[in-house]
Amino acid sequence: MQEQKVITANQLTKVFGNFTAVDRISFEVDKGEIFGFLGANGAGKTTAMRMLCGLLLPSSGQATVAGFDVYRQNEQIKRNIGYMSQKFSLYEDLTVRENIRFYAGIYGLSDEQIKLKTKSLLGQLHLEKQEKTLVRDLPLGWKQKLAFSIAIVHDPAIVFLDEPTGGVDPLARKEFWGMIYETSAKGITIFVTTHYMDEAEYCNRVSIMVDGKIEALDSPARLMKTYGADSMDGVFLKLARKATRVGE
Amino acid sequence: MKQFLVFVKKEFLHIWRDSRTLFILIWMPVVQIVLYGFALTNEVKNSKIAILDESQDEATTVIIDRIDASRYFQVIKHLHSYKEIEATFRQGKVRMVIVFPQGFRNDLLHTHHAQIQLIADATDPNTANTLTNYASSIINDYQETLDRDLKLPYRINAQVRMLYNPELKGAYNFVPGVMALVLMLVCAMMTSMAIVREKEMGTMEVILVSPLKPFRIIIAKTIPYLLVSMLNIASILLLSVYALDVPIAGNLSLLLGESILFTITSLSIGILISNSVKTQQAAMFTSMMSLFLPTLLFSGFLFPVENMPIALQIISNIVPAKWYYIIVKQVMIKGLGIQYVWKETLILVGMTAGLLAISIRNFKIRLE
Amino acid sequence: MRSLKFLLQKELRQITRDPSIFRILFIMPMIQLLILPLAADYEIKNINLGVVDQDHSEYSRKLVNKIISSGYFRLRDYSSSFPHALHSIEQDKTDLILEIPAHFERDLVQDNEATLFVAVNAINGVKAGLGGAYIQGIIKDYNQVVRTQWIQYPKFNPQATIEVTSSDWYNPNMNYRVFMVPGILVMLVTMIGSSFAASNIVREKEMGTIEQINVTPIKKYEFILGKLIPFWMLAITVLTVGLIIARLVYSIIPLGHYLTIYIFASIYLLAVLGLGLLLSTYAQTQQQSMLVSFFITMIFNLLSGLYTPIESMPEWAQWITKFNPVSYFIEVMRMVMLKGSGLSDIKYHILAVIGFAVFFNGWAVLNYKKRSI
Repeated sequence: MQEQKVITANQLTKVFGNFTAVDRISFEVDKGEIFGFLGANGAGKTTAMRMLCGLLLPSSGQATVAGFDVYRQNEQIKRNIGYMSQKFSLYEDLTVRENIRFYAGIYGLSDEQIKLKTKSLLGQLHLEKQEKTLVRDLPLGWKQKLAFSIAIVHDPAIVFLDEPTGGVDPLARKEFWGMIYETSAKGITIFVTTHYMDEAEYCNRVSIMVDGKIEALDSPARLMKTYGADSMDGVFLKLARKATRVGE
Repeated sequence: MKQFLVFVKKEFLHIWRDSRTLFILIWMPVVQIVLYGFALTNEVKNSKIAILDESQDEATTVIIDRIDASRYFQVIKHLHSYKEIEATFRQGKVRMVIVFPQGFRNDLLHTHHAQIQLIADATDPNTANTLTNYASSIINDYQETLDRDLKLPYRINAQVRMLYNPELKGAYNFVPGVMALVLMLVCAMMTSMAIVREKEMGTMEVILVSPLKPFRIIIAKTIPYLLVSMLNIASILLLSVYALDVPIAGNLSLLLGESILFTITSLSIGILISNSVKTQQAAMFTSMMSLFLPTLLFSGFLFPVENMPIALQIISNIVPAKWYYIIVKQVMIKGLGIQYVWKETLILVGMTAGLLAISIRNFKIRLE
Repeated sequence: MRSLKFLLQKELRQITRDPSIFRILFIMPMIQLLILPLAADYEIKNINLGVVDQDHSEYSRKLVNKIISSGYFRLRDYSSSFPHALHSIEQDKTDLILEIPAHFERDLVQDNEATLFVAVNAINGVKAGLGGAYIQGIIKDYNQVVRTQWIQYPKFNPQATIEVTSSDWYNPNMNYRVFMVPGILVMLVTMIGSSFAASNIVREKEMGTIEQINVTPIKKYEFILGKLIPFWMLAITVLTVGLIIARLVYSIIPLGHYLTIYIFASIYLLAVLGLGLLLSTYAQTQQQSMLVSFFITMIFNLLSGLYTPIESMPEWAQWITKFNPVSYFIEVMRMVMLKGSGLSDIKYHILAVIGFAVFFNGWAVLNYKKRSI
């Protein structure tokens, strides 16, 4: 069923000058999936994600997100997705509450809904006491969780996460993935890029990009079998050896 | 030592790769020299004026022609009545109106006494003053030509000689000032911003943890700007000599030596500022307020220090640029030697030592 | 449109929370308006005079007295020889030397002619020119005094005299501050409009929050307005603070209407903010944007007529000032405040500034893309 495919990409390509960052990738993501987008630095995964989010215009190929075309229906896509960047991109000089209110408002929630959402979000994150704290003063782990919650404040169909667990301790990472599972259970599709291979095992399916191309696309279990590795690390190493590009 | 050089190299690359910043750092002094040397001047020239000539006789015509011909004035309008004067000023078109009353020549011939009225728009008092003076002297010259046949006895002649700058070129005054300004700006402001940027970005912590002594790190940060400043001085001097015809009358090595001293002074100020602010924006504004503006004002090249209230004159002594400006004038323009600038040099050395001492003491080894 | 409301709320909260804003809004205008006008005075006075009097006669003494009592000169050095006096010029103790040679009085009375020598430190050309003119004027006056002592003019004075009367309009006290203060206000407001706004936007770029905004359904015009409006308000506040300071401290009350100033300022600010916006689209780091905007505003300020008159500039420079929005505001400020000019007097200026606003903002809007190519 077409409606079940929340993301489709067909020969999607991005060229900068004579450098092909993303080379004719094709894949599909199902509704409710946790889809991992893996690859080394420089492989092209961030570029690919930016094209899907409407931040970058593709050079060629097709793609749809939430059923909308990336070329012509860019703004509609934005209404239906959430995004969390590597830098978390919260306003450091605004309070927790103010950040929630701002993004909720931007996504079109009514004042009533904003009030409700703020309350429930603060409760879920156990940040009730910190609602008036400036984000700048929050520990990194809290910032991360807050950024994620804000990314889904409008209950989008898909949420894109770009290296969301960078710099966070293993316990916090595990908690974060707990949040991701909860979100996925609600029917929100998760599209996450990471270079932590152990996190790959949390995903339903995983694609591995090397030098702009998708070299592997399957569930972690089947990938490990295909490549005869006992961990995703091993799978990755086998593929990465072929890579010619280094450093993004 | 090797670590130090590695650090210096990294700092260089920062600047080198930031082409926009580099572009401006190199071109700023050039643009300033061009502007000050060719475009900006306090001299009053080509001022637009209007004439209300109620006589329109031979005498008034001659005077008006002479005024128009002089490079100070440009007659752009002839008015027809006194009422028009207000409107003309209000529209901002002219700076002065010269009024010749009726029967001017007749009065001059028969009663030997006539009047001319100069009405100046004194919103700019200086220009008004100067224009009034110039116009008066042109009229006086005309008066003298009338009297030429009368050989006046008891004549006192005054021979005036202009020293150091016989052609009264503005550049002689501005070039030393621009040097002070540019050095101060590039060194202090840019250095302070560069150091603070590491603080803001959080990379400062990484550096502090490295085996390199923290103060050496700071020095490494300042070295690229030191070199950029040298480049700037060189380009300013070259432009001055070849494009503006301002020669270096004195000892070039002394000039360069003093310039290096002042550069180090500015760098120390930059370091001091970076110690006390947290964001780049704050660094920039602090530099502007405590450096650029005072240098512009109190060095003496734009506005004469003697004119300022005593309080401000005293403050001007704290501004290092003031002393450097004096040194450059003495050495470059007047061609004097070290014996004339030892006092100022000593002051600069003292300031530098003091600033560095405070910076070293204040430098926070651990971030708060 | 609703997003705009949230954007404005966010901006205002951020602004009120930023301590440096207070510094910018109040302290900076105060310092600049209090110190700059005091310092900025081009009037040539207090010229340091050195005298070498080798005549020591009644005439030479009278002349020196006359020069000193003129108020333009301060006697700083009284030497016995010219080389000695020259030394004091080298040391910057004196600016001008008057040498009265021996037998000055005798030569004047017996031979009908005597010569004086003046040497001027001409590094500051304007000062030297005026100083020379002043002293020559005084000498001429003194010459006339001597002449009338010896010659009884007949009732009908054959010497033609043209009496020149001068009057100064609009600033009869010749107060230079009145001239500078409006200009300084313009400079302040311009800086806030362009530099501050630009660095604010670039800071968001650096921190990544712009990317976050680009991913949301916020429309481009909402984002731009969300930045323009708060800074516009900030700049108008600074303008008001400045006008209040001008009134309280310098008693500068505009001859024209405050409203005229505000109308022009509003449009002008749109232009200047547009410039800041434009700059922010090209800069990648705050350091870059601050340096570039500083560089541009410096050039604009220098070529605006604030410090040096536009008419004194060469043709090519005057031409450039036509493309400089700051020069229009400086002129308007001075015209409205000091001469009482009204809207119809400045209609040409208004048109020019509207042009700038459209140009800068248009270009900036074109540059701003939520999606990169």
